[in-house]
Amino acid sequence: MDNTKEKITGSEALLRTLIAEGVDTIFGYPGGQVIPLYDCLYDYSDRLRHILVRHEQGATHAAQGYARVSGKVGVALVTSGPGATNTITGIADALMDSTPMVVITGQVPSALLGSDAFQEVDVIGIAQPITKWAFQIRKPEEIVWAISRAFYIASTGRPGPVVIDFAKDAQVGTVEYEYKKVNNIRSYQPIPVIDPESIAAAAELINNAAKPFALVGQGVILGGAEKELFAFLEKADIPAASTVLGLSAMPTDYRLNKGMLGMHGNVAPNRKTNECDVLIAIGMRFDDRVTGNLEYYARQAKIIHFDIDLSEIGKNVPTDIPVLGDAKETLPAVTALLRPSVHTEWIASFASDEQEEYEKVINKEIHPSADRPLQMGEVVDKIAKASGTDAVLVTDVGQNQMMGVRYFQYGRTRSVVTSGGLGTMGYGLPAAIGAKIGAPERTVCLFTGDGGLQMTIQELGTIMQEKLNLKIIVLNNHYLGMVRQWQELFFDKRYSATTMENPDFTAIGEAYRIQSRTVGNREELDEAIAEMFAGEDAYMLVADVETHGMVYPMVPAGAAITNIIMGEESHE
Amino acid sequence: MNKKLYTVIIFSENTVGLLNQITIIFTRRQLNIETLSVSPSAIKGIHKFTITTWAEKDMMNKVVKQIDKRVDILKAYYNTDEDLVHQEIALYKLSTDLFVKMKGVEDLIRKYNARVLEMNEDCIVLEKSGHYAETQALFEELSHSIGVLQFIRSGRVAITKSKVERLSDMLTEMEKKANG
Repeated sequence: MDNTKEKITGSEALLRTLIAEGVDTIFGYPGGQVIPLYDCLYDYSDRLRHILVRHEQGATHAAQGYARVSGKVGVALVTSGPGATNTITGIADALMDSTPMVVITGQVPSALLGSDAFQEVDVIGIAQPITKWAFQIRKPEEIVWAISRAFYIASTGRPGPVVIDFAKDAQVGTVEYEYKKVNNIRSYQPIPVIDPESIAAAAELINNAAKPFALVGQGVILGGAEKELFAFLEKADIPAASTVLGLSAMPTDYRLNKGMLGMHGNVAPNRKTNECDVLIAIGMRFDDRVTGNLEYYARQAKIIHFDIDLSEIGKNVPTDIPVLGDAKETLPAVTALLRPSVHTEWIASFASDEQEEYEKVINKEIHPSADRPLQMGEVVDKIAKASGTDAVLVTDVGQNQMMGVRYFQYGRTRSVVTSGGLGTMGYGLPAAIGAKIGAPERTVCLFTGDGGLQMTIQELGTIMQEKLNLKIIVLNNHYLGMVRQWQELFFDKRYSATTMENPDFTAIGEAYRIQSRTVGNREELDEAIAEMFAGEDAYMLVADVETHGMVYPMVPAGAAITNIIMGEESHE
Repeated sequence: MNKKLYTVIIFSENTVGLLNQITIIFTRRQLNIETLSVSPSAIKGIHKFTITTWAEKDMMNKVVKQIDKRVDILKAYYNTDEDLVHQEIALYKLSTDLFVKMKGVEDLIRKYNARVLEMNEDCIVLEKSGHYAETQALFEELSHSIGVLQFIRSGRVAITKSKVERLSDMLTEMEKKANG
């Protein structure tokens, strides 16, 4: 036996491996089956910052927010049983939105597995459909391998969540510790090999396009390929629009940025999707909220699909030319074969649709007449202007989310933290905590609704304890607004279970020692915004907005992407 | 609806819970698994799954890509019957009394190329391997004559006709790629 290697507990081996993997922050909540691990963490508190959340779901969303702004793997640590099941929503959300996250769950001693022991649940069985990988550590010898493998899988290729279930006896048992990084798995090829033929075919199609149009997804941000994207768009003079998760890859004021796609996206890019001759999708997955009815989606166009994930090719939309690989490599490879060109007329043709949307929707939303109640869009617009273009936008889900992403302004990448694919209400507040911790130098603005806020409102306690400078804006319309909007438009105004009798949010904020203010008119709003950004502490601004406010434009679910409701009649 | 019977062949690492990961993907797409056979492959530590299912080609494509994407799956692909040599094995438990009194036992055994695996005072066990239709035909004939006490059929095993399945070459290639 080699006596030079020291023996340490499994708990310590886990913490050392986390540090070796570059972790410095953990979002967690202790419980019975992780007490040994937390005991060990006590000795490592100088190297591992532990953020005590108020509910395990909050730990996962905070880890997601942290990962989204920083590009690092978010880490959540919870106990077995209910601690583990409370993380499920966040894990599913992270898989849908390709967010790198490692969730460590405690587990009963391995001898008790399968016996319905106290706080035992089959985490691996539950987590398998919603993770990239899920593994149960039963022996201390497995720790270094499993944790390093978890980080490798979570962060490479198309990122995603990994669950590590950590049996208690493996925490307390001892092992000779030696860190060994996992950086390859024979059955897992994170980045497909680039096919030169597809690169050439894509370039040829773009070179011959009269009306090319690019769709920018989160893959560009995840791949750190923003500069490569600009070079590509510039050389061939291609207008582009983003999915919700692709927002901020291009600055709002960028010449070729034509806005946001999808159900509540901008009019011009949705219409132009069905007018372009070559549609170039980059790191996006043709979600139904982006495409509308596939029968009427871009049928006239040749479609090029850049993606790192082969299973996305042809999943929803038939692709003419798939370009597999990391966008950071495939975009320059295609750009090199592009002829410089200009599409002045094509790009100018977006302007009339933009003008139409401005007149019918945007202007009324951000510059409402004086007699109308506060509009959601004007609140977002004013805060966007006051927060500066370096700020991070975090949203909850629903009308607050769509108003947030539509009217916020982006100056740099990794500025949007929102639940795109799963649409998780309650995501916003804990995700904002993670975002602030992941980007402490940046202003973080959370837009949430009265519904979503109350799903995870206990995380105000985390903000209080960690003294986080978060700017929380509650768009309070006393309704579950997005469902109410559908009920108004498609269910004959039968407002089934969407009215909300709300508590005094200001009083709740103050109870958590967060400066809070409710505003109901424009003068108060301006004052409160100035007050909010003047201070260096958390602030909760509750805006009493129009109760029947609507998010327009809107493409009804299942309709063609060009079937756009502007809501012209309703607000006049 | 243009459904065909597809045979999905999957090579994987021998890790706990892999079958679950695979069946989840069938379940999500509402595909029924017709037959399933899992066994160690020619290479130590690698398991082979053979799964048959009725599906449309487009769906099969998507499902196989989603299976192949799982971290511990080495390779997944699908074939139709034309591309495969495939076989199932069936066991038939029959009453000894009725069997010995039955006429034409020799003809039956020859016709179906069946064989006797066990014979005792109570029962006789026949074995037949073949395609589904063949094992089913024997089952039906016996059911109508003397009755079948118990019947069991395995999942399909299959091998492609086109080329030698060089799993070891594929592995070497994968390890080369993984090591950059």
